[in-house]
Amino acid sequence: MAEKHSPLAQFEIKTLLPIHIGDANISFTNSSLFMVIALVAISVFLIMGMRKGQLVPGRWQSMAELCYEFVASVIRDTVGNEGRRYFPFVFTLFMFVLFGNMLGMIPYSFTFTSHIAVTFAMAMVVFIGVTVLGFVKHGFKFFGIFAPPGVPIAMWPLLIPIEIISYLSRPISLSVRLFANMLAGHTLLKVFAGFVPALGALGVLPLAFVAALSGLEMVIAFLQAYVFTILTCLYINDALHLH
Amino acid sequence: MIERNKPDSIKDLDDRLRRLRERKDGNKPAAKWDDDTRGALGVAVRVGVELVAAIGVGVGIGYLLDRWLDTTPWLLVVFFLLGAAAGMMNVYRVMSGMSQAVGYSAERKGSAENMRDDDDNAPRET
Repeated sequence: MAEKHSPLAQFEIKTLLPIHIGDANISFTNSSLFMVIALVAISVFLIMGMRKGQLVPGRWQSMAELCYEFVASVIRDTVGNEGRRYFPFVFTLFMFVLFGNMLGMIPYSFTFTSHIAVTFAMAMVVFIGVTVLGFVKHGFKFFGIFAPPGVPIAMWPLLIPIEIISYLSRPISLSVRLFANMLAGHTLLKVFAGFVPALGALGVLPLAFVAALSGLEMVIAFLQAYVFTILTCLYINDALHLH
Repeated sequence: MIERNKPDSIKDLDDRLRRLRERKDGNKPAAKWDDDTRGALGVAVRVGVELVAAIGVGVGIGYLLDRWLDTTPWLLVVFFLLGAAAGMMNVYRVMSGMSQAVGYSAERKGSAENMRDDDDNAPRET
């Protein structure tokens, strides 16, 4: 049993419902299934939690409000009041990534955030959205972001390409960070879990370690959702407050 | 961020309300991302990703331009170096807490610092 289960088997995409339109393969896979589960879970969590809308919240309502307040305060602290109108987008992103990471912590489930295709798509949405936002707000002055004032013009030919590369590297670092964290964490868990049956009675030691590691993974799952959110906010802030 | 949400007494609630009201009209951009809350490992991963991503983008641009202009391998070399420079700059920005700002300026940094000073002064005066 142990040899059949590679630590990477958990990331395999399995087609559940093959759909082909022309050359495009848009089959419903286990990845899509867990995205749908995440969406349903978020909707149930928020809608059912706020259904009563009590003044003094119960446990469930408290949790829903906590999520709301958390994201609201992140936006307020990074973007300021102008960031309010981007709350729905940022909140959706945060909840989706958070639930994706957390659902991945359930044994036998699939972590869709451990796939670069998913994280990179989200990062590109953020990147393109922020770039469009910058152009809408500032027009061609947005290009000023690439030429820091106070730098002698002689340095511009060197500095502008560097700034452009730095700007273009944003979606990559944003997506790779989330994907790499989830991939590495889940692989590590699986590797140590593989030691448990292999060591027999001594397997208690890796078992304890896996238990501790699961806790750490929970923290990372939340932290990476937070990092994704706050970086999105910082990018929005950059696009809004150009100097 | 979290401690604000702990259950609290009426007095605390008063404090919170006041703080919230203050914040409501205060428009405060460019808060820096506090590195203290995360471990050294987090910082290390972040720095590594930042460096590699910028170099990757540089190499990608160089490679594509080379293929387009038939100048192999010169633009690849040039853009690799530019990408490395951009990566270093990103790392420097991350570590010095200037958030992710591409094209931050001395001016802007100054204003952000003023902003922070204002924040520091405000509670002292009240």
